Amino acid sequence: MNEVEVRLAVNGRERTARCEPRMTLADFLRGHLGLTGTHLGCEHGVCGACTVLLDGATARSCLMLAVQAQGHEVTTIEGLGTPENPHLLMRAFSEMHGLQCGFCTPGFILSAHEYLRENPRPDRLAMRKDLSGNICRCTGYVKIFEAVERAAELMEDPESVRS
Amino acid sequence: MTWVGQRVARKEDLPLVTGTGTYVPDFNLPGTLEVAFVRSPFAHARITSIDTAEALAAEGVVAIFTGPDIRDKVHALVLDQEAAPPGLETAEPEIHPATIEILADGEVRHVGQAVVAVVADSRYHAEDAVDLVRIEYKELPAALDPEQARLPGAPIVFDNVPNNVQARYRIRVGDAAAALDAAEHRLAMTIRSQRIMAAPMETRGVLASTVGEETTVWSSTQIPWAVRNSIAGAIGVPQRQIRVQIAHMGGGFGQKVNVYPEEVLITYISRVLKCPVRWVEDRVENMIASGHARDQLHHVEAAFDAEGHITAVRDRFVLDSGVACPYPLSSAYNVASHFRSMYRIPNFAIDAECVLTHKMFNLPYRGAGRPEAAFVMDRVINAVAQELSLDPADVIRRNLIPDEEQPYRMRMPYRDGHEVVYDASGFPAAFDRLLELIGYEEHRRTQAQLRAQGVHRGIGLGTYVEGTGVGPFESGQLQVDSQGHVVIYSGCAPHGQGLDTTMSQVVADAFGITPADVVFRAGDTALLPYGVGTFASRSVVTAGAAIIESSNRLLTRIKAIAGEMLEMAPEDLEVGGGRVSVHGVPSRGVSFKEVYRAASPGPGARLPEGMDAGAAESFYWVPPTVTWGFGVVGAVVDVDPETGVVDVKKLVMLHDCGRVINPLIVEGQIEGGLVQGIGATLYEHVVYDESGQPRATTFLDYLLPTSAEVPEIVQEHLEGTPSDRNPLGVKGVGESGPISPPAAIANAIIDALSPLKIQLNELPLSPATVAAAIERAGG
Repeated sequence: MNEVEVRLAVNGRERTARCEPRMTLADFLRGHLGLTGTHLGCEHGVCGACTVLLDGATARSCLMLAVQAQGHEVTTIEGLGTPENPHLLMRAFSEMHGLQCGFCTPGFILSAHEYLRENPRPDRLAMRKDLSGNICRCTGYVKIFEAVERAAELMEDPESVRS
Repeated sequence: MTWVGQRVARKEDLPLVTGTGTYVPDFNLPGTLEVAFVRSPFAHARITSIDTAEALAAEGVVAIFTGPDIRDKVHALVLDQEAAPPGLETAEPEIHPATIEILADGEVRHVGQAVVAVVADSRYHAEDAVDLVRIEYKELPAALDPEQARLPGAPIVFDNVPNNVQARYRIRVGDAAAALDAAEHRLAMTIRSQRIMAAPMETRGVLASTVGEETTVWSSTQIPWAVRNSIAGAIGVPQRQIRVQIAHMGGGFGQKVNVYPEEVLITYISRVLKCPVRWVEDRVENMIASGHARDQLHHVEAAFDAEGHITAVRDRFVLDSGVACPYPLSSAYNVASHFRSMYRIPNFAIDAECVLTHKMFNLPYRGAGRPEAAFVMDRVINAVAQELSLDPADVIRRNLIPDEEQPYRMRMPYRDGHEVVYDASGFPAAFDRLLELIGYEEHRRTQAQLRAQGVHRGIGLGTYVEGTGVGPFESGQLQVDSQGHVVIYSGCAPHGQGLDTTMSQVVADAFGITPADVVFRAGDTALLPYGVGTFASRSVVTAGAAIIESSNRLLTRIKAIAGEMLEMAPEDLEVGGGRVSVHGVPSRGVSFKEVYRAASPGPGARLPEGMDAGAAESFYWVPPTVTWGFGVVGAVVDVDPETGVVDVKKLVMLHDCGRVINPLIVEGQIEGGLVQGIGATLYEHVVYDESGQPRATTFLDYLLPTSAEVPEIVQEHLEGTPSDRNPLGVKGVGESGPISPPAAIANAIIDALSPLKIQLNELPLSPATVAAAIERAGG
């Protein structure tokens, strides 16, 4: 199949690569750019493991083609923080045990990132609904809620002790 | 500082939260070929022709393998992992080994069975070529209903399994028949736990890379050693030529506790093509070609007196194996050994059959027979109460085993051949505490009033016991390394349980260091000659015991070496802070690094007379039998009697898992397990239609609980009973969460609608099911 050139910004860097027009954004990020933190749990848009930010808003990278991201700005989990400099949400997920196997975690953190931007003071009831687009099979979600609440606390005061 | 008992955040988290973990799909070995499968569209059919010519010519395709191509080169898996052990003779088990074919050869036996493997330079090209493979089938009659499949004249799944009855056993304790005949009251019920699946968020995946004679296989599996042994056997090479390792792994819950055809075939293809070969299962494949679970139909009778004391239970059940039930002693026999739960029921009879049908095979899934047993037993208790117009809580309490009868003997063998004897106590106290925590009395006072206001609220109760830490063994090795760290090698295969952290806490206490000074490696057949894996609530018990025993041996060894270096008797030395030093004189000592150098072979060695070189010790721990955890669960639900919609408001669970090493991790296991229990109770169902077609093949049809379905969860660790059956005093916990929610939630719905006296005996409790029960009751 003929390849086309895709140009987009990923995690703040301009990237250009060639791919088939049918290639999903998730496969492009993972295969062509080596960003394997974006996970594929269902490839039919339900589980949310492949969530990325497209121009700042959550999107399912398994349901988008790479060519649709042409000219847009994509943020993956690798763009939010690194092992050397983890994002506060990453710290909070670990501190509160908001993950077990970790497979859904990158997608969850990106969804939580969007949620906290819109709701800096998280509300447990609203969060239950707003985060329901990401499936976790391990945690039963309780400690994910606690992690998001803890991240909000850290965002107000990074030195704060768990309340 | 003591680390055991602390809420330590996990050591394994940093790569996982930053997206820098390495799951099987994330490996980037140059030249990796990708595989896609052609899978059977029929439940049962004869393959009349396969034409791969067009597919082979397609862009990027490197090779294609069919069943006839690998005939005589790759053998089917004959899984006889559960030959009955001595001691189980009274159960009269008859078990035929399970046959799992690598690629169908001549006949397909379930929808989703692998028929042809296409190898290409990318997954896209492999899937393109899958569409070009031409296969003709002649459809055959399929066995789909296990009750029918065991009768003469039914289609046969495998010729070596007469009447499709792959396994059976029976248990007789006391005389249930006589007790039923003599009973003041009796009831009979038919109760079904539906077919569900574990649905880990990461599907299965296998990557095999061959260099010379040796193939390294990274597989998303819970049992690397068994996978290695089976691969070697199936392709006819020595085990030493196959190394199986786990990578990061996105959950398992029992679905990855089997050896699968793809693990064998991908290894074989890599050895034929001499390059890295990978297959990553997609979600549709996972739903039709990875193990399903539960699927039991019970016919149960109970005898009881006017106060609700149960004098006998007699059960007959059929487990729908699909094309195989590789672990009948887990999936089916666990039902018998956990059936009577925390109750004192003197007469008990059970007859079980695992029956082959033309569906995907049936594996143990988190709980493995216990949720099915608990659903039957606690529905029976509830029905007894309903029949006698007694409060279900009173009937449960009257049947609980009193403390003075502990350790209670169930007078039947566990699946390891040893008699079931509970090493737990405090059942009545735990139950009373549950009622207190859930506000049972207040509920009874306010229920009618709430109902008058249109709120149909109910509380339902359940109990469970759980034999944990099953054998046959687990391995451990500990060593001091050149950096002065203590390194654990373990035969377990963690995939989310936090075993790195938990085991590091244990070792940190043993050596007086911090968990950060401990290195943990597991799930790799090159690390240790023998190992088992992670499943069945076993790793903290069995791997933990192997690790602490290795620790003790290593402490003795490094004290002896340090004694030689310091010219002191080992008993005058103490270990702490990464040093071995003289009691009370911390400045007089040697570091672990120095001990490592002194332990090395050759001229630099400073070893006591007669001691061989090395700073490592190992231990294989063989449990005497399982250790018993237990717990109680209460559910609070609101039911809409018009629509049958159930809103779970709250789940309360109290449990005894012995000594708790990391409360944070244990809480996470309980919460995750309870929510899986909600899914199994209300939403999840693997449906096959009357032609054997699976109807739930995406997450749009197979509904997993999301955050919106999560109720308030309250849990308490009971002051419980540290186990005396292992050196850490621990009991397993991983599977406890999902055992009781089906019974507790069903009983809560029944309570919410108590004037109607409905029965709910078939899972899942979808709105339609609940509404139909209401209608049957005339509501």
